[in-house]
Amino acid sequence: MGNGKAPEWLLPLALLAPAALFLTFFIAIPSVQALQLAFHSSSGSGSLEPFRRMVSDTRFLPALRNTLILIALIIPIQLVLALTMALIAQSRRRGAGFFLYVYAIPLAISELAAGLVWLAIFTERGYLNVILHGLGWIQRPVIFLSYERPLGILLAVVVAEAWRATAIVMVTLVAGLQMILGEYWEAAEVFGANLIQKIRYVVLPLLRPSLQAALIIRTLFAFQTFAVVVALGGGVLPVLASEAYNWYVGAHNPHVAAAYALVILVLSAITTGLYLRLLRVRPEELGR
Amino acid sequence: MRDRRLWTVFSLLLALLLACQPAATPTPTPTAAPPPAAPSPTPPPPTPTAPPRPVLFLSTQLRPVEEAEKMRNVILKPFGAPVEFIPEDEGPFHDRIRAEIQAGKVTVDVVGALHGNFVTLLKDNALEDLAALMERLKDRPMVSQFVELGKLGTDRPYCIPWMQATYILAINKKALDYLPAGADLNALTWDQLRQWGENIHKATGERKLGFPLGPKGLIHRFVQGYLYPSYTGAFVTTYKSPEAVEMWKAFKALWEHVNPQSTTYDFMQEPLLAEEVWIAWDHTARLVNAFKERPNDFIAAPVPAGPKGRGFMPVLACLGIVKGAPNREGAEALIEFLTRPETQLTILREVAFFPVLDIPIPADMPVHVRIEGEAVVKQSRAPDAIPALLPVGLGGKAGEFNKVNRDTLERIVLKGEEIEKVLQEEAANLQAILNETGAACWPPDPPSTGPCTVR
Repeated sequence: MGNGKAPEWLLPLALLAPAALFLTFFIAIPSVQALQLAFHSSSGSGSLEPFRRMVSDTRFLPALRNTLILIALIIPIQLVLALTMALIAQSRRRGAGFFLYVYAIPLAISELAAGLVWLAIFTERGYLNVILHGLGWIQRPVIFLSYERPLGILLAVVVAEAWRATAIVMVTLVAGLQMILGEYWEAAEVFGANLIQKIRYVVLPLLRPSLQAALIIRTLFAFQTFAVVVALGGGVLPVLASEAYNWYVGAHNPHVAAAYALVILVLSAITTGLYLRLLRVRPEELGR
Repeated sequence: MRDRRLWTVFSLLLALLLACQPAATPTPTPTAAPPPAAPSPTPPPPTPTAPPRPVLFLSTQLRPVEEAEKMRNVILKPFGAPVEFIPEDEGPFHDRIRAEIQAGKVTVDVVGALHGNFVTLLKDNALEDLAALMERLKDRPMVSQFVELGKLGTDRPYCIPWMQATYILAINKKALDYLPAGADLNALTWDQLRQWGENIHKATGERKLGFPLGPKGLIHRFVQGYLYPSYTGAFVTTYKSPEAVEMWKAFKALWEHVNPQSTTYDFMQEPLLAEEVWIAWDHTARLVNAFKERPNDFIAAPVPAGPKGRGFMPVLACLGIVKGAPNREGAEALIEFLTRPETQLTILREVAFFPVLDIPIPADMPVHVRIEGEAVVKQSRAPDAIPALLPVGLGGKAGEFNKVNRDTLERIVLKGEEIEKVLQEEAANLQAILNETGAACWPPDPPSTGPCTVR
């Protein structure tokens, strides 16, 4: 540096500035506005009215319950699937790279489009029924998406979400794997570890930073899931995000919608905190 | 140490970034997001060489993308002057007009909306008196009840009839084999419809009745204009009456023969064409593709009647001019154009909304228009018809009002909650909205002086 006077602390600040500005204008300010909305009644005075409306609404508790159930079902399935897919994509077999591309295809599809794809599969005159009927396994179409069997809709959503959003977890894990494979893996092989042992003692511990990031991203997205849920279940399977949407777009009440958004924010913050704590990453694990 | 902190900061930022997305979306802006196909709502600033300022036409009608495209590319084509047609949801529609009036910076010239929206627009003092324009249009054979409705309870015309629609039944001809003995297709009762559904259910093992209960379905109109008036003779005042309790019991019995996928149906034309349902109730514009694609397989019929009569909802859409519209001349010319007989027939042909003029429907109209048109006429001329207006004067609260009707139906019919309890609770929600907006009763409820009250 020619100019010894330029203080060293200035550079990081300058580099952070664009992102900070972006976050201020597009995230922080709207968040504050949403916060204000949630604590004002539609007549404009400050009140807890939106929260009263939200909690007393017949759909609030089912929405909260369904959201938590979906997350509890989807995240572990996706984690196992994504890890398997990442290991396959990273294996040095021939054509392994091909899998990476195939697995990544759903990344390019919007949430609603994915929901509609799965609707076309599960609906009464959909592909699944046509295939089952063609095989002679059923006499007449089975109605999978019926309000009478919410479990069926729930499972359809789990399948659709697993298909749609596992790729993003996988991509994060592949990036993590690329950093650790190699000599650790070979060392484990030299000591005679089998595949399970290699995964248990080498891959998982070293992958913790990536796992943490992947889990945080995926869980936060899961709190916002709603297009797939709406496409497959209509209003039968309310989730928090779909209720926020319905209150804003359907009922034209931004205050209650903001209250829902706040609930999502609080739950997201809590889970992120949990992940940060439970999967604490020691500095030396990052220093590679 | 520093790495770790960076990592934590990164994670937190990421969390914030992701978590805030839903919070950021519901922030209201006066105009909300323009629909994808809509051009920019602000016209380019006039420059000496610029073409004439387009007429800005904000509409709650013809919102579906295909309809909006038809409006821009076919219906408005012969008008000659540029028009910016902007479809908008009801809430943002009222927000925008209110914001422009309050700011004293009006950009919208013409508004197109349902009759009920105009009552709110008038309350917001957002409408021009159109007596002079109406005088020029007096040779048009407008249906006189519509012209009267357009005065919004005053003696001045504010809302000029634009187009009408209603809700009817669409029926797959395969269902006709199971029509209950003695039932007249043009004068069905709800009880016969239940019997019909049951006959089909028993014979085929499938539930072939269908209602649009999906997220964008219009089931709330069914509750407001069809179910309640047919069984109780009114709507708001009888919301939790003994007749209403009986009505819900009867509808629950009918529901046993309704396809359970109804909760995903938005437009009934799709499950009709897929033959997931054989008999469906919906808006004429949302059934029309069934008649258009397979005119030989489907017929249309008036809605069934209940103990009090044949409740049905004539939907009147109006045109108006915003107070202080920057292009008053263009706005009047556009309204004159849209109410011409030939334009009215183009609208019928393209988007299946019916004319508000008393004109014969030409024989060369496409067959799907004729099928629907016949049923619409029979329904409105039925001797036991009870016309029910769309909710009037609820303004931005119309959405919440609809939600109450929908919640009532879902709780009673889908979740099987106790009818009396649900009606007590939801009637209270309904009353809260009526009190907040001060909306007086609308037909078929008897007129009220203050806000409409549930008895």
